[in-house]
Amino acid sequence: MSVRLFSFHGGVKTDGHKHESCGTPIRSAPLPGRLVVPLRQSARAASECLVVAGQKVFKGERIGAPVGVLGTAVHAPTSGTVVAIGDHLMPHPSGLSTLAVEIEPDGEERWIEHAPFDWQQSSRAEALAHLRDCGLVGLGGATFPSHVKLGTGSGIHTLILNGAECEPWITCDDRLMRERAADILVGARILRHLIGAERLLIGIEDNKPEAIAAMRSACAALPGAEVVVIPAVYPAGGEKQLIRTLTGIEIPYGRLGGEFGVQCFNVGTAHAVYRAMEHGEPLISRIVTLTGNVDQPGNFEVLIGTPVEDLLALAGPRRADTDRIIMGGPMMGFALPDLHVPVVKASNCLISASQKLFPSAPPEQACIRCGSCARACPAELQPFEMYWHARAKNFGKAQEYHLFDCIECGCCSYVCPSHIPLVDYFRFAKSEIWARERDKNAADQARERFEFRNWRQEREKEEKAAKLAAKAAETRAKLAEGGEASDSPAAAAAEDPKKALVAAALARAKAQKAAVAPKNTEGLSSEKQAEIDEIERRRRELGLDAPPSAADDAPQKTEARDA
Amino acid sequence: MLTALLIMAGIAVVLGAALGYASIRFKVEGDPLVEKIDAILPQTQCGQCGYPGCKPYAQAVANGEADINQCPPGGEEGIRKLADLLGREFKPLSEEHGVEKPKSVAFIDEQTCIGCTLCIQACPVDAIVGAAKQMHTVVEPLCTGCELCVAPCPVDCITMEPVAETVETWKWKYPVVEIRKAS
Repeated sequence: MSVRLFSFHGGVKTDGHKHESCGTPIRSAPLPGRLVVPLRQSARAASECLVVAGQKVFKGERIGAPVGVLGTAVHAPTSGTVVAIGDHLMPHPSGLSTLAVEIEPDGEERWIEHAPFDWQQSSRAEALAHLRDCGLVGLGGATFPSHVKLGTGSGIHTLILNGAECEPWITCDDRLMRERAADILVGARILRHLIGAERLLIGIEDNKPEAIAAMRSACAALPGAEVVVIPAVYPAGGEKQLIRTLTGIEIPYGRLGGEFGVQCFNVGTAHAVYRAMEHGEPLISRIVTLTGNVDQPGNFEVLIGTPVEDLLALAGPRRADTDRIIMGGPMMGFALPDLHVPVVKASNCLISASQKLFPSAPPEQACIRCGSCARACPAELQPFEMYWHARAKNFGKAQEYHLFDCIECGCCSYVCPSHIPLVDYFRFAKSEIWARERDKNAADQARERFEFRNWRQEREKEEKAAKLAAKAAETRAKLAEGGEASDSPAAAAAEDPKKALVAAALARAKAQKAAVAPKNTEGLSSEKQAEIDEIERRRRELGLDAPPSAADDAPQKTEARDA
Repeated sequence: MLTALLIMAGIAVVLGAALGYASIRFKVEGDPLVEKIDAILPQTQCGQCGYPGCKPYAQAVANGEADINQCPPGGEEGIRKLADLLGREFKPLSEEHGVEKPKSVAFIDEQTCIGCTLCIQACPVDAIVGAAKQMHTVVEPLCTGCELCVAPCPVDCITMEPVAETVETWKWKYPVVEIRKAS
C-alpha cells in the first residue's frame, strides 16, 4: 500500500539546523534542587490545587485537579515536600505569573502506587477519564487535552501520527522516534482503538532518515499502519497541512480535521499515552531539545517543573554572546522574558540565541504589496491585507480576511522583503478581538442583570401595592361590619387604600386608649385607698398636678409625637 | 386624457395602500438608534453621565439632549464609536462627568462590614450577595466597577481594586516600530 502525496499551498524551505542536536541520545536531566509546577500549564486551562505547603508528595501524585472541559490533571514530577504554593512566573510571552506548586525533591524518587490501565477491556469513557487524570495533553506545542481531541469515537477513519517536526532546530520528536519507536506505536495503537479509526498514517519529514527507518521497522508488526515520508517544507507539521499532504483533504475555514474523519496526534503524545496506559504513569516528563549557541546541544528527558536555568546549564556554560533564550522553535517560539520559569508540558525546545545565529530583524519598512506573503501562506490567506487592517486597528475588516485562520507559522514574516513582523500584527489583532469579545459579553451580561433588577424592583412595588389594596379592602369590610361605615374616614378609604388603613389604625388606637384603664385602681382595699389619697394630697400641696416626667423633661418629644 | 388620470390615480391609491399596510405590518418597536447607542455603551450603569443607567443615557443621546462625551467608563474609544455612529465630531471626555480609569471591581473588607445591606440596594447589577447583619461580598465577575456601592457604605469598607492582568486576559502589544537614532 502506498500513499499518494498531495501538496499544500505556500510554505518555506528553511535551513533545518537539525544536525546540531540530533546526534546524541536522549539523556535524563538530573533532579534539580527545586521543581516549580504551574497549575496552569497553558493559558487555556487551569487546575485546582490539591496539596498544601509542607505536605509530602510521591512521584506521580496528583497535585492539581482538572477544572472545566479543557482541564487536565497536574502531577508531582518527583517525590519530595511541597515547600510553597504561590504565584510564579510562567513560560509565556506575557511574563506574567500563575499559581504554581514548589516542590523540594527528596531524591528518593518514590512512586505513588500506580498500575497499568486495561484499555482493551475498559469502556471508552473510562479510558478517556484515565487520560485526563494522567494529565495527557498534546505535546506538539499546543497542549490541547488529548481526551477532548479523542472526541466521541465515531466518524474518524484515519488517525495521523505527526512526526514531521517541521520547525528548524527542534529534534525532540526525531530522537524519540529513533529510540522509542515501539513504544510510540503501542501508544498509536491505543489512540487508534480509542478513536475508532482503521487507518494509521505516520507522517515524517524526509530529513529524518533514521527516525523513518526505526518507525518503519516498528510498524511492520502493526497492520493498517504506514510510515509516509513527506517533503521537508515548513510548516508540513501543521495539522491542516499534514492532513492535506497525507490525505488530500482540505479542511475549510473554521472547521476541524475531526469533522472530516481525520485526527492528528503528535508522536510525543502517543508515547505519553503508552506510558499512561501500559504503565499507569502520568505525564510528568517530556523530551526537550537544548540547542543554538551552546557547547553541548542535545535532547534531555526533563521533569515538568524543572527551572529553565538549571536545564540550560546541562548544555554547557552560557556563552557571552547569547542574548536571549527562545522557548519553542525560531519560527513560532517566543523569547523567554525571564529564565526563572519552569519547563511546562508545551516546552519542546530551548534555543540559546545570539546575534550571529539569529540577527535581530532590520527595521520595518513600508509594505510594497509584492504579494510574497500571500504566496508563502500555508493557510492560503492574504497576509498583506490583514496587515493593513490590523495595523489600522480595523479588526472587523481583518476578520473578514479570515484572520482567525492564521496559524501564526511565521512564513509571511520570514519572506517579507520589507521585514514587517506580520505575525506580531496578527497576534495583536487576535488578542484585541478576544478582549473586545470578553468586554462585550460582560456588557451584555451587565445589561441583562440591570434590566432584570429594574423589572424586579417594579414587580416588588406592584406586589406591595396589591398587598396594601387587599388589606385595605379587608379593613373596609371590617369597618362596615362594625357599623361605622358612614364615617368620613371610611368614605375616604373608598378612594385611597392607604388612607383607609391609617384611619382604621387611628380608630383602633382610639378604642384601645378608651378601653385601657390602669388595672391597679379597681377593687382597692381601704388602707391602699387611704395611702393613695395621702400621696395625692401631698402632690397637691407641692403644686404638682400632672406626673413630673411628662411635664418637664420632654416637651420636644411630645411635639414630635403630635406632629 | 381621462384614462391617463385614472391610471395615475389608481397607481397612487394602490401604492398608498401598500405603504400604509407596510407601515403597520413592519412597525419598528422602539428606536433602533437607541439600541445601537446602548450597544456601544459599557453597561456599567454607573450614572456618571447624569442619567440613571446606560439605556436612559442612550435615549438622551438619541434625542439630542445629552452630549456624546459624558461616559467616563466608555472612554475615548467609546466616544469615537459614538461619534462614528452619529456622524458627529469627536470631542474629549467632559471633565465634569469624571475621568477614564482602569477597570476596577469593588472589594468589601469583610472584617469591617456590618451587614447593613445598603450596598446591595445600591448595586445596579445585583453583584453583591449578603443579608441583614450577615457578611456581604462582591461577586467579582459580575461587578461592573460602577462605584455606586462605595458612597452608601456607612463604615467605608468598600474599596475599588483595579483588575490585574492574567495570562488569560493578557494582550499582545501593538508592534512598536523602533526608531533608531541617526548618528
